[in-house]
Amino acid sequence: MPDIEVHNYSINFGPQHPAAHGVLRLVLEMDGEVVERADPHIGLLHRGTEKLMEYRPYLQNIGYFDRMDYCSMLLQEHAYVLAVEKLLDIEVPIRAQYIRVLFDEITRILNHLLNVTTMALDIGAMTPLLWMFEEREKLMYFYEAVSGARMHAFYYRFGGVDRDMPRGLDEQISAWMDQFVPILDDMDKLLTENRIFKQRTVDIGTVSADDALAWGFSGPMLRASGVPWDLRKAQPYEVYDRMDFDVPIGKNGDCWDRYLVRMAEIHESLKIMRQCLEQMPEGPVILRDQKVVPPPRSEMKRSMEALIHHFKLFTEGVRVPEGEVYAVVESGKGEFGVYLVSDGTNKPYRCKVRSPGYVHLEALDMMSKGHALADVPAIIGSLDIVFGEIDR
Amino acid sequence: MSAHIWKQPQGALEEIVATIEPVLEEALVSTSIARDELTITVAGPAVARVLTYLRDEPSLLFRELMDLCGVDYPERERRFDVVYHLLSMHHNQRIRVKVETDEATPVPSVVSVFPTAGWFEREAWDMYGILFSDHPDLRRLLTDYGFEGHPLRKDFPLTGYVEMRYDEEQKRVVYEPVKLRQDFRNWDFLSPWEGGGGYLPGDEKAEA
Repeated sequence: MPDIEVHNYSINFGPQHPAAHGVLRLVLEMDGEVVERADPHIGLLHRGTEKLMEYRPYLQNIGYFDRMDYCSMLLQEHAYVLAVEKLLDIEVPIRAQYIRVLFDEITRILNHLLNVTTMALDIGAMTPLLWMFEEREKLMYFYEAVSGARMHAFYYRFGGVDRDMPRGLDEQISAWMDQFVPILDDMDKLLTENRIFKQRTVDIGTVSADDALAWGFSGPMLRASGVPWDLRKAQPYEVYDRMDFDVPIGKNGDCWDRYLVRMAEIHESLKIMRQCLEQMPEGPVILRDQKVVPPPRSEMKRSMEALIHHFKLFTEGVRVPEGEVYAVVESGKGEFGVYLVSDGTNKPYRCKVRSPGYVHLEALDMMSKGHALADVPAIIGSLDIVFGEIDR
Repeated sequence: MSAHIWKQPQGALEEIVATIEPVLEEALVSTSIARDELTITVAGPAVARVLTYLRDEPSLLFRELMDLCGVDYPERERRFDVVYHLLSMHHNQRIRVKVETDEATPVPSVVSVFPTAGWFEREAWDMYGILFSDHPDLRRLLTDYGFEGHPLRKDFPLTGYVEMRYDEEQKRVVYEPVKLRQDFRNWDFLSPWEGGGGYLPGDEKAEA
């Protein structure tokens, strides 16, 4: 029998592949059905956000953060707003802190629902996507109620939030939570112990705790590998230190654990949201420092000083003292950081965005080595990547 | 300090400085603590050794490299800063390490210390043209295939030099010099009354 010569060959996965979660071009070097090397080519959605931010006043840049990871909008605004607040050295009213935490958790649920369902879709389960996108739509209604926009909210401001929640929204949110839990349980029953789902995810893309640290993982990716690290607990910002919630961690660090961690986090987010609604005090939602925050409309009609402040803030903008800060939040995907350098003018000198998805995608080569081609979509799905934040 | 942002325990940063100062010796150029954040500047050639030490020293254990990026200060002699952000989960601390360099001097790559640095360094090369020696795979990362220049440098125009469109006649993508259909909107509204000593648009008329 003559020897058959077998060549390695490379295939292009994406950039137009539905399981690539956007515009990922993945060059896979294959040995038969087994992946030898995965080389992600990113940047197809690179919009130069960091460069654009150097040419815009601080306030306008908040909008860019909605458009980075377009599935967890307010969490990213939060990181930027925290960075500027740290530079300005200002306080935030307590009610605004509660509103921020409430909407952070709404955003986290939005993010996790998207990820869990699309991952299930990639490996063949269509139903969860259809169920959960209905719930996501209801959550986006809450976004719309406070900010007027379904997705790109532009709601957080330096020193608070843009405006108070409309009356009755808290009851609507708790009513939504009550009806959401059974639906989530339905999905849990459908997916978690499903034989096909487990065959596709258990022991796929396993990452040890040491590897996870070396590769800079954070968020659910890190916790699934068994490292109990959550910025909301370890370095609590806003009112997270008053919240009672658990940090779910995984054991094996495979795709299934990452799915389980995210599912458990949705329940924890609901817990935090309930506490927020219970504890939220009345009061102002934004700082009354007119060098940073524009005065209320009514005051502008009567006070010359308020009018001047308003004019100055929307032409010149906020002047931020010289210095550099690195501010982080626990976003749905992991540690979302903003490194902001200010030279004392009305525009950032440099703004580097540390996006968690970028780091996780880099480790794809390490995670998919030795796996079959069909496992790659499962691993990509479990990474929770969104190209808006990876390419920036 | 803004009370809603987490702060390091009192004196923790000074303690780190006291730990690293005698060990790093001449590799340590300067340290500063500002806004509850510790920044150390180290000599370029020593950076891999410094990061290895920060990672392995039991009282520090900065085992995660969270971020690496470049910053451009064109008026300086060595115009680039490479900024590393490290996190120690064991001691719940952060540190910022800085290295100065210019267009020609390579910075030692830290991929062997933190494998995650690979893409960050590729991005810094892509965006600023900062060279990293011993990097296993220093290709461009975010820009287009065949892109020229380093877009985040301060002397690179915001609009870039070329624009791209699909040409119906040639049936392919073509690159052309940038044509702005609308004036570029420059948000230069810095108040002329508050000093700054800057030269404002229109000042040239006074001299004419």
